[in-house]
Amino acid sequence: MSEFEPNIVAFLCNWCSYAGADLTGTTRTRYPPNVKVIRVMCTGRVNPLFVIQALRQGADGVLISGCHPGECHYLKGNYFARRRFTLMRSLLEFIGVNPLRLRMSWVSASEGKKFAGVITEVTKDIKKIGPLKSFKREIL
Amino acid sequence: MGKTKVGVYICHCGVNIKYSVDVTELSRFASELPNVSVAKDYIYLCSDPGQELIRNEIKEFNLSHIVVAACSPWMHEPTFRKVLKSTGINPYCLEMANIREHCSWVHEDSEKATRKAKSILAAAVAKASLLEPLEEKEVDVIPAALVLGGGIAGIQAALDIADTGFKVYLVEKEPSIGGHMMQLDKTFPTLDCSACILTPKMSDVGNHPNIELYTYSEISEVKGYVGNFKVTVKKKPRYIIEDKCNGCGICVSYCPVEMPDPFNMGLSKTKCLYIPFPQAVPACFVIDPDYCRYTLRRECKQCDPVCKDLKAIDLKQKEQFIEVDVGTIIVATGFDTFDPALKPELGYSLYPNVITGLEFERLSSASGPTTGDIMINGKKPKNVVFIQCVGSRDKSIGNEYCSRVCCMYTAKQAHLIKEKIPDAKVTVFYIDVRAFGKGFEEFYDRVKQEGVIYIRGNVSEVYKRGDQLVVKAEDTLIGELVEVETDLVVLAVGMVPRNDSSTVNSLLKLSQSSDKFLLEAHPKLRPVDTASDGIFLAGCCQGPKDIPDTVAQASAAAAKACIPLSQGKVTTEAIISQVDEQLCRGCGFCVEVCPYEAIELKSIERYGQTVEVAAVNEVLCKSCGACAAACLSGAIQQKSFTDEQLLSMIASLGEYYE
Repeated sequence: MSEFEPNIVAFLCNWCSYAGADLTGTTRTRYPPNVKVIRVMCTGRVNPLFVIQALRQGADGVLISGCHPGECHYLKGNYFARRRFTLMRSLLEFIGVNPLRLRMSWVSASEGKKFAGVITEVTKDIKKIGPLKSFKREIL
Repeated sequence: MGKTKVGVYICHCGVNIKYSVDVTELSRFASELPNVSVAKDYIYLCSDPGQELIRNEIKEFNLSHIVVAACSPWMHEPTFRKVLKSTGINPYCLEMANIREHCSWVHEDSEKATRKAKSILAAAVAKASLLEPLEEKEVDVIPAALVLGGGIAGIQAALDIADTGFKVYLVEKEPSIGGHMMQLDKTFPTLDCSACILTPKMSDVGNHPNIELYTYSEISEVKGYVGNFKVTVKKKPRYIIEDKCNGCGICVSYCPVEMPDPFNMGLSKTKCLYIPFPQAVPACFVIDPDYCRYTLRRECKQCDPVCKDLKAIDLKQKEQFIEVDVGTIIVATGFDTFDPALKPELGYSLYPNVITGLEFERLSSASGPTTGDIMINGKKPKNVVFIQCVGSRDKSIGNEYCSRVCCMYTAKQAHLIKEKIPDAKVTVFYIDVRAFGKGFEEFYDRVKQEGVIYIRGNVSEVYKRGDQLVVKAEDTLIGELVEVETDLVVLAVGMVPRNDSSTVNSLLKLSQSSDKFLLEAHPKLRPVDTASDGIFLAGCCQGPKDIPDTVAQASAAAAKACIPLSQGKVTTEAIISQVDEQLCRGCGFCVEVCPYEAIELKSIERYGQTVEVAAVNEVLCKSCGACAAACLSGAIQQKSFTDEQLLSMIASLGEYYE
């Protein structure tokens, strides 16, 4: 049997992490292909519903990545995201999903190398946690 | 709106995408996706024939939405939006699938890359099918600019904009404009006197009818957006009334307090009632509140009665806040020099005859503490050692970059020593000599001809043997340890980002690159733009550069800043939030989270009842989407990033999981 390859959805903010991911590409830094990106203007846009839905639709992990604290393009969107992140983790725990499936990181537009590192690490960690079996599409 | 018909266009980007993504397979896959009428792949979609292909097919297939699978939207989204616009469909009915930066460039395995590209593309198609046409609005531009920083970059930018005919507010932190360039003695490689070439420009600034100068000032608040910025300038009290002071300087002799002269890098003393340097603009004195006995302890006041005719001294002056309205902003905040105390092995903090390059400039300058004689402890040094790359190209202190000016300023300073003390022995320790500019190599050659000794090697230690300063290094060309006895060590300190830059950066929402200098919008093609529309960069705040490069960049930034001012109109953000008044419960969560106070509650009649619902101020909304995430009923949505659109992407990704 081939090794388990996790599916991960990443919500990246347009100004920092998405641009940082672009830089990873420009500098041809390699990382595993498990993460699929959804661009939002700000991590403050990420509705907890998106995280739950991503997991229900078969993702094994979700990453939210935005500007460093204090550097949000919209002043405080990443703080909203950070607060929601802690709440969402307790919610996941409450409904029986390993809260570590939800990850958050700060990657600026100049941190291409860091982005590759974050993706590699998140992929490895979610791989270790294993496939999310109990929360899949049938509920929808 | 008619039926949703999506056209999908997949770019090979030459081989950039094609070499790891199977574009033929991707195009076949796309043609079978829901709502897709046509899917094609093409070698260069951004080329004229590529754009023409999309234009023709929009007409031929009567397409309503377009997906371009190519590079990042940061790159070509504007290009393809224009293609849509020129064909008569709304430019916001476009979705970019980033299969280059996020796929082909980062994944080598063709099978895996193609599979990921399919997922990315399917999600983009899912979103595109739901995109709605958006309306762009135009607003008037305030025909004025704010330039932040009055060094050579800010001066040049301000003069260029003012000469174009627009109003400029020039804000400088120090009591006079001039910046670091004013402190330099001669400039490389032409040996022009720095002050002589700068002062005419400074006085032009002072006299220009279109320039309003705020010295000893900082910005404390920035509101608004391109075309309509509202900036609050905080004018610190200088305790001298600018309009009244005629610069006679009689008061200075009555001031009893001495302090280190900041202009001379503390190499000499000045009174705490001082003018930074004789050519200062404005030619107005200032009192340093950290030293003045009156501002500190309410005693002294000896200067006050002296100025009895003009009454220019006002020890009760308070800081003032002035609000200015501008269309564009140029950031020219400059740099700091590297603090060599961070490299203790070089002995800067221990020995007074170890100085920095900038301190040497003051020592060598006719306006400096020794009126241009190079004297250390009252004696002319006979042996001088220059150490290059201090704080640059040095991973141990986290500065990997080259500061670009130190090789040449060292060569110039070595030349000045030879000129002023012909029998002095001058040794330069270098890693590489980078003499890349116009006339630089020729100048470097000249300095070597003059007898300056260049030794390739990194200095390990500066120490004292008896009374003698010794520089120890490895000569890496012959592989031997060398020790040079010296009377003076000059450290060629590099440039670092200003330590007080964080306030400005956060007020203007500027990003930094990994070296902590300010980040330009594109390293090649938008070198003076920032990610924020209407804000531009000039000079060393963006990265180390010499004077000609700074002047060129400042003029470039000025030209860019004048574009919206000349056009007179800018387009406002189309991707804003909108409220479904039928769904809104009037809870006001969105009002609370909005960082721009762009949402308020208003009363409407609904089913015969008066209820409160949210209302978005379309000019203030900056499109972050925080309100949409906070809304419990889904009533407020961010256009082009609605719940429905993003959930459709999530669902689509789910379809193609392994």
